[in-house]
Amino acid sequence: MPATAPPGAALVQMTGIVKDFTGVRALDGVDFTLRPGEIHAVMGENGAGKSTLIKVLTGVHGHDAGEILLDGEPVRFHSPKAAQAAGISTVYQEVNLTDNLSVAENLFAGREPRLGPFINFRAMRRKAKALLDDIGIDLNVAAPLSSYSIAMQQLVAIARAVDIESKVLILDEPTSSLDRDEVEVLLGVMRRLAADGTAMVFISHFLDQVYEISDRMTVLRNGTLVGEWATADLPQSELIGHMLGREAATLEQIERAASAHRVEDEEPLVEARGLGRKGSIAPYDLTVRRGEVVGLAGLLGSGRTETVRLIAGADRADSGALQFEGRRVGGHNSRTAAARGIAFCPENRKTEGLVGDLTVAENMILAMQASRGWARSIPVARRDKLVAEFIEKLGIRPADPDMPVKNLSGGNQQKVLLARWMLIEPKLLILDEPTRGIDVGAKADIQRLVAELSADGLSVLFVSAELDEVTRLSDRIAVLRDRELIAVLESEADMTTERIVDTIVAGGRES
Amino acid sequence: MTTQTLTERPARSTLFDGLTRYVPIGATVALLIALYLGGVANYPNFDSPQVVAKLFIDNAPLLVIAVGMTFVILSGGIDLSVGSVMAFSTMACAWLTVDAGIPAPAALVMVLAFGTLWGLAIGAVIHYFNVQPFIATLVGLFLFRGLTLQINSEDVSMREIEFWQWGMTHVDFGEIRDGGFWLPYLSFVAFAVVIVAFVTLHYTRFGRGVYAVGGSESSALLMGLPVARTKIGVYAVSGFCAALAGVLAAFATKSANPLANVGAELDAIAAVVIGGTLLTGGAGFVLGTVAGVMVWGMLNTLIAFQGNLSSWWARIVMGILLLAFILLQRVLARSGEKRRT
Repeated sequence: MPATAPPGAALVQMTGIVKDFTGVRALDGVDFTLRPGEIHAVMGENGAGKSTLIKVLTGVHGHDAGEILLDGEPVRFHSPKAAQAAGISTVYQEVNLTDNLSVAENLFAGREPRLGPFINFRAMRRKAKALLDDIGIDLNVAAPLSSYSIAMQQLVAIARAVDIESKVLILDEPTSSLDRDEVEVLLGVMRRLAADGTAMVFISHFLDQVYEISDRMTVLRNGTLVGEWATADLPQSELIGHMLGREAATLEQIERAASAHRVEDEEPLVEARGLGRKGSIAPYDLTVRRGEVVGLAGLLGSGRTETVRLIAGADRADSGALQFEGRRVGGHNSRTAAARGIAFCPENRKTEGLVGDLTVAENMILAMQASRGWARSIPVARRDKLVAEFIEKLGIRPADPDMPVKNLSGGNQQKVLLARWMLIEPKLLILDEPTRGIDVGAKADIQRLVAELSADGLSVLFVSAELDEVTRLSDRIAVLRDRELIAVLESEADMTTERIVDTIVAGGRES
Repeated sequence: MTTQTLTERPARSTLFDGLTRYVPIGATVALLIALYLGGVANYPNFDSPQVVAKLFIDNAPLLVIAVGMTFVILSGGIDLSVGSVMAFSTMACAWLTVDAGIPAPAALVMVLAFGTLWGLAIGAVIHYFNVQPFIATLVGLFLFRGLTLQINSEDVSMREIEFWQWGMTHVDFGEIRDGGFWLPYLSFVAFAVVIVAFVTLHYTRFGRGVYAVGGSESSALLMGLPVARTKIGVYAVSGFCAALAGVLAAFATKSANPLANVGAELDAIAAVVIGGTLLTGGAGFVLGTVAGVMVWGMLNTLIAFQGNLSSWWARIVMGILLLAFILLQRVLARSGEKRRT
């Protein structure tokens, strides 16, 4: 049950917030309270309205109804700059810095130390160094931001927000590109800030981190408020139940479905022999049988994506041979791959997959139209029927075929992309990080779909950073390290998270 | 409290990074030196310092609009109106002083103010109505050419007015025959513009904001930078520079030709790109633009010394150079991306 009004005056009090996007109600009467010095997690599935709530608070979006009080005073910010001036800073999931400028300039852009009208670069570099030291990172502050990894850029963004001496710091999925050490640094910074009295709003899909760091949680679902709890009073299972609004047993069912199904006797669909590309992935052998799910596991940058891109024809191999349905494939590229029945959902759905301004239906039929040739249009009735069928089957929300895809949440965009490839009835489906950055519910939907499709005889190549997911879905797992395929795990006993980690570590020792 | 420290070295050494950053401008400077040495080797008197000085006399107006264009391109925009605004400004100078009889200093202030206001207005249209800069400034290209011809379709002379003699008044640096040279006041105006632009771009918040907006406008917005002020500001700078270039042209020729400077905006863009500024914004230098303008001037000088070549050869070579520099930028950008992943 939601907790009763806790002690302490509210720093931020949002009441009855309503936000409409061209006909879709993204927030419907949401209340949110933030107290000084607390770390408050906002939880919910993708599309629940977390990001919209944050963007209303930070002045990116205006709200259509409701009230925001900051320190008891009604406020309404018209730009992120205005919110920042009032003491509300934000760190977004995507690094929002300009990577053509130096680290120091990014930290102090818009508030550089000056001598008269001129920027004092020496003082700026010194302050930048001190600020980063304080947080626990050591960089060359004069180097362009673009010369650092995304994770480090994210930490720089956080350092910038921290230094603005904000009363309220909003962290929207700040950890999605960080590794364990980097997450520890971030959580350490958060604890220190909380001790100093800064209130923080924390949004993350990583439940462990949320439980480790947060004091309270507000749960949203479908744009409405489910409730607010003290973290200690809300067990994970209950939280997931609140977020999904249904019993979270779906994941267990997939496990059973996947292990029930056997493919050892099937003939190979794809056989890669010594396939490789210089500077991208060392030559590898890989076989995918009909109806088989082959997972690719490895650390970020280990060559998982590069491996599947060769099979998908997105990159050209410069060594080895590829056989598809027993025939050698020559002159392989994205177009011929699609014609052969190889569907590839790339990692970055926004830039490589979907056309944001086209509608859900238009995005779905793109590949199907391409495979028919542009001259032969798809009858409207058939199109509408297919689109409706896939919206229903994949649980795309909102279930409106005429909605521009950019208005959908990440998880739902991913489903649209999947539907696009399902429509051409491929023989091999290549999914590169299909569940990255999407919530538990959409993840479960996509995993369930993969299991169902493979049971129907579709072969799937599945890349994911989440080892749990790979082990749960795969019939076999290819393990990669340092741009080399180092092992293929086949037996039931080998396909555990621990075994994959051991293989990666051992693969490193040999080389 | 003990915290662990994360250290990361830049993926590229700063030295390497610095080098890649300076490759395009290095190529431009090398080219400039090669052209000059080529001229010295082939033509008598090419080594006279006045040959170099003349670059800054003939091309002072181009230099000024190219500096304004550098601001716009660095911010990720483009300004096609500068050639027409420049011609309009020259014509306005003539009309205000010769026909309307307004005192020349007052006319000069009015022309400069008008150019700046035009820039502010078109910048506001680009920012607040989210119009493509290409289209918005194309409006200016047509509008001001038409207005110029509407004021007078003939040449107007300003010789009678004493004020317009000021620009070509010159400062001598030694006797020409002893290896000296001279520069008119208008060249010093152009130098002043370059210095102010350099300091503004590198050492002020507005200047760094131009780079930030050119790097990523949405990030700049979320970082709380004054994006509107910056974007509108660069067009105001460009408008001011175009008007000032028009004034310099009035000084240089003491006449206004309604069909002057057709295509000057494209010369300016070419000079900016050859000077190493990325057309996508966010990277480049105003001093590169100076080198770009000098390359253009040097080509024209060489053709003049050759004597039997048509002046269109300067454009032909410029076209080829532009292609080479755009390809060079792409190659560098691609190697940068590769290094990062």
